[in-house]
Amino acid sequence: MINPESGLAGAPTAGAPEGHSAAVELENVTKRYGEVTAVEDLDLRVEDGQFLTLLGPSGCGKTTTLRLIGGFEAPNRGIIRIGGDDMSSRPAYKRPVNTVFQQYALFPHLSVSQNVGYGLKHAGVSRSETAERVGEMMSLMQIPDVGDRRPRELSGGQQQRVALARALVMEPKVLLLDEPLGALDYKLRKEMQFELKRIHREVGVTFIYVTHDQEEAMTMSDRIVVMSHGHIEQDASPAEIFDRPLTAFVADFIGDTNIVHGTVTRIEGGHATVDLGPLGEIGGSTDDQLASGDRVRVSIRPTDVHVEPGGAGEAVVQDSVLVGGHIAMKIASGDETVVAHVARGSSYEPGANVHLRVDSDRIRVFAAAEGA
Amino acid sequence: MSFSERIHHPATTGRGLKVYAVFLFAFLYLPLAVIAVFSVVSNDIASLPLQSLTGKWYDEAFSNSEVWSAVKASVMVAIGAVIIAVTLGVPGALLVDRYSFPGKVVFQKFVLLPLILPGVITGVAFQTFFQMLLVPRSLLTVTLAHGTALVSTVLTTVYARLLRVDRSPEQASLDLGVSPFRTFLHVTLPSIRTAILASGLLAFTLSFDEIPVTIFTIGPDNTLPMYIWSALRTGAQLPELNAIATVVVLSGAMLVVVFALLSREDSR
Repeated sequence: MINPESGLAGAPTAGAPEGHSAAVELENVTKRYGEVTAVEDLDLRVEDGQFLTLLGPSGCGKTTTLRLIGGFEAPNRGIIRIGGDDMSSRPAYKRPVNTVFQQYALFPHLSVSQNVGYGLKHAGVSRSETAERVGEMMSLMQIPDVGDRRPRELSGGQQQRVALARALVMEPKVLLLDEPLGALDYKLRKEMQFELKRIHREVGVTFIYVTHDQEEAMTMSDRIVVMSHGHIEQDASPAEIFDRPLTAFVADFIGDTNIVHGTVTRIEGGHATVDLGPLGEIGGSTDDQLASGDRVRVSIRPTDVHVEPGGAGEAVVQDSVLVGGHIAMKIASGDETVVAHVARGSSYEPGANVHLRVDSDRIRVFAAAEGA
Repeated sequence: MSFSERIHHPATTGRGLKVYAVFLFAFLYLPLAVIAVFSVVSNDIASLPLQSLTGKWYDEAFSNSEVWSAVKASVMVAIGAVIIAVTLGVPGALLVDRYSFPGKVVFQKFVLLPLILPGVITGVAFQTFFQMLLVPRSLLTVTLAHGTALVSTVLTTVYARLLRVDRSPEQASLDLGVSPFRTFLHVTLPSIRTAILASGLLAFTLSFDEIPVTIFTIGPDNTLPMYIWSALRTGAQLPELNAIATVVVLSGAMLVVVFALLSREDSR
């Protein structure tokens, strides 16, 4: 249901010359486990030096895609190329990519330096060069002094850096990262997001990053590929994904949003006017083929809902809770419940009659029949 | 804070447990204690009252060349059996853990059969087998029989470890460009090393005190258990046997400590 060309629009890949070999290229790749199709007919082209994130809920096929690129799974169908070379007959240990695993997968019986130098040593790099490159990489990761310790003596964040150093010291064409921040606590995760961004900038290697955390994806990526049920829902820049989601699934998965139901009253080019019943009429952009009278779903970000004093029977505040810097209000209007984010001090007590005004060019309209 | 305090045991339950523990230990170790005591007193037969302390039974045991050759035979058989059991058991464990093949479930069950088969049956089977092949019975046939019977012991111990070993470092090693064979040597093997050592120790002790299989497969030589058994039947050197038994028990206890230390290293 996704048109790959329009999916790429706005991404840094747009206009990449044909024939030029991408860092990683997947062509019609399908992977099944028995009856379950993990990845279906996937096409993906990752350019050199990009920070690309595969984003989606668990079971969407993102980790399988990463493992297919790494060579830990073989596709049932399709071609995978790295730097233009077909990888079909190359096992994991002969591919020019390295992986940072979810649980770090450090060697428990080796010291940190030995962990980082493991790949170089077995590639026959001289002892002095290995020591030098390991030292440089550990400085880059800002863990220069833990070389003699065992992995289990390090904190989660430090182990993470060791895993990164161990992979990057091999100077891979592409670094694969499988939810590497999943095991860290919130604060460390935020810190590591900036660290990863810095490291990506400094080494200039292509990063393919897998996560289910949309905030992580938004913070770090040049380009986000949203996946669901083994296929790509949208492939675009973070801003584009947020402002112009292609499907209701993407709108719902990225950031908070209200999905409300309505009927199209007018359609002009890519702009639909929708009757939302008690919530009134609203205009929004759409990429779906719609006609007057169609049932649709409309995505409205909570920050775009403005709450004003209103008359009885219009909309009623149900709940109002403080969420960090703002207040989230749950407001009932007819059959729909809408969440609005408002500044502290401008909220209403539960039970208050209010009027909802939606004012944004980020409103998106999706055909109701579309699965999500 | 101790465990019993945390779950608020009544004090009587705690005392009951202590009494139980004392009785259990007495039940298990009293016969051994009796042997140890009679090995250091000058009584000719195991009857009270105890006479004066002496080291003469140990002197006699250590200067008895038959004892020494039996110990030597037992050690050689046990070492040979461990080598056979480990060489066949470790690859077997890897096979069961890593690969799926037709009949794997049946293989898994049948490979454990020697563990529950009575030693007499195994012994008779080996005797018939060697007879059929016209192999003269000797320490070599004992070693082969022990080794084969102990493959299951090594296989189960190492397999149990493999089930708990984190597989991701192996993938990391492959990911870093290291071939599967070298990955096995440098990552997999270190992770099961203690299990291999522990199962080897266990196989050693099991072979060292084995009688049923030995009886059916041994030639003119004597292993230590066979020597003790035949000496007991003639009833001649009872106090000396007490000394030998005490030494064997103490050596066994040392192996148990080593075994426990190896297992602890694993669980860290």
